[in-house]
Amino acid sequence: MTDLKQLHEAVVTGDAKTARAITEQALKDGVDPLKLVTDYMAPAMGEVGRRFECNEYFVPELLLSARAMKAAMELIRPLLTAQGAEPVGRVAIGTVKGDLHDIGKNLVAAMLEGGGFEIIDLGVNVTPEQFIATVKEKRANIVAMSALLTTTMPSMKTTIDALKTAGVREQVKVLIGGAPITQKYADEIGADGYSDNAAEAVTIARKALGK
Amino acid sequence: MHPLLEKQLAAGPVVTDGAWGTQLQERGLGSGEFPDQWNLTHPDKVGEVAAAYVQAGSQVILANTFGANRPRLAAHHLEAKAVEINRAGVQISKQAAGGKALVFASIGPSGKMLLAGEVTADELTAAFSEQAQALAAAGADALVVETMADLEEAKLAVVAAKLTGLPVVACMVFDSGKNKDRTMTGVTPEQAVAGLSAVGADVIGANCGQGIEGFVPICQRMRAVTTQPLWMKSNAGLPEMENGRVVYRTTPEAFAAVIPQLVAAGANFVGGCCGTSPAYIRAVVKTLGRG
Repeated sequence: MTDLKQLHEAVVTGDAKTARAITEQALKDGVDPLKLVTDYMAPAMGEVGRRFECNEYFVPELLLSARAMKAAMELIRPLLTAQGAEPVGRVAIGTVKGDLHDIGKNLVAAMLEGGGFEIIDLGVNVTPEQFIATVKEKRANIVAMSALLTTTMPSMKTTIDALKTAGVREQVKVLIGGAPITQKYADEIGADGYSDNAAEAVTIARKALGK
Repeated sequence: MHPLLEKQLAAGPVVTDGAWGTQLQERGLGSGEFPDQWNLTHPDKVGEVAAAYVQAGSQVILANTFGANRPRLAAHHLEAKAVEINRAGVQISKQAAGGKALVFASIGPSGKMLLAGEVTADELTAAFSEQAQALAAAGADALVVETMADLEEAKLAVVAAKLTGLPVVACMVFDSGKNKDRTMTGVTPEQAVAGLSAVGADVIGANCGQGIEGFVPICQRMRAVTTQPLWMKSNAGLPEMENGRVVYRTTPEAFAAVIPQLVAAGANFVGGCCGTSPAYIRAVVKTLGRG
């Protein structure tokens, strides 16, 4: 029998190879895939977040852990889908119109993907129309926007306004982040969630969906 | 120490310049427009910013070349103009300086993460070499590798810059961790000093990321581990939105009032980053009893 604590450890230390190997073995042994996620990997990502909070982990460690989680999820996702299990949420993520910076956006996408969300990455310089189309066509229930520049952060408000005009604002939760963004700004433009770091992305996204 | 720096620092701390992006925006640079492209399309406006800093008393001004490296230019389909944009940036600053200030040309980060595999070390070396060589050929007095979050990328840029033979300043952005004393990738001020001086940076420091108060402890920590000149350029606080407009809360006077603490902490080059303007530089010059 596989020692599943090793899966927890592999995600925390960002060891994708081991995370994948243990998952493979556990699935062969007949362990419930959902149990792997809820009992081992999700708590592991929680631990990663805690270490980030304590300045023990920084962006490189977050990336490695998200990748380890992703490596395991690649094996688990098809089984969950076959069981009829939906992803935690579907996220349309992008850097807003006028802004081409994608480091923060990519990091949040990796964290959310590791956290069991389905990611629809729209890239950079994403127009409000692209976000709206994705919500409508791909049934995204989260719109996640990133901006690095003070000059492009107003595009977040423009996008929220466009979601309202298109009549889909109520179907989605809007999450925002980026260097110049603050909780105050998130409140001002009516976003549903904000964090100043990628480690909290999964917590914020789950909370926004009431999960 | 490089003779150019030795001569400059002989008379005490050197006043550098303030922000460029916000100054260009005031002159019409649009949201999402690429500031470096203005070296070709609006050289007069870029020259106005440079001249305003010289007028305010900057002894060192940068060149509008922060984003003019190949990976970043490619995002704007401008990579074919890499050399041209860098050359024009130096020429504009040199003309505005008119011999009254030195021109330290800016080399910013690629915007791609090495550790995520978005770019390779070889690609970064090629990009920084191309930029550094263009800046040096255009007559820059020194090169400034700035706003770096990843020590590996910063070191690659310093190595490329050093090959020009010019003095090289290397500074990182400390904006992460509970005390804002780490870069995004977790680098401490001590690690930055060790890593950057190992590859030959002549001046080491910090820029952007936070207001000037947070720069004092960072400067102290760097000074505790090096005798090299230190370069400190902080923001005018953090940006806030007010009625759809971006405002920085630290006034020129409040900013300048912290400069003596920064100098006491060991800073040799002082100036401003995001949110600062010629008014901040005038206040700093006044505080230091110059002009």
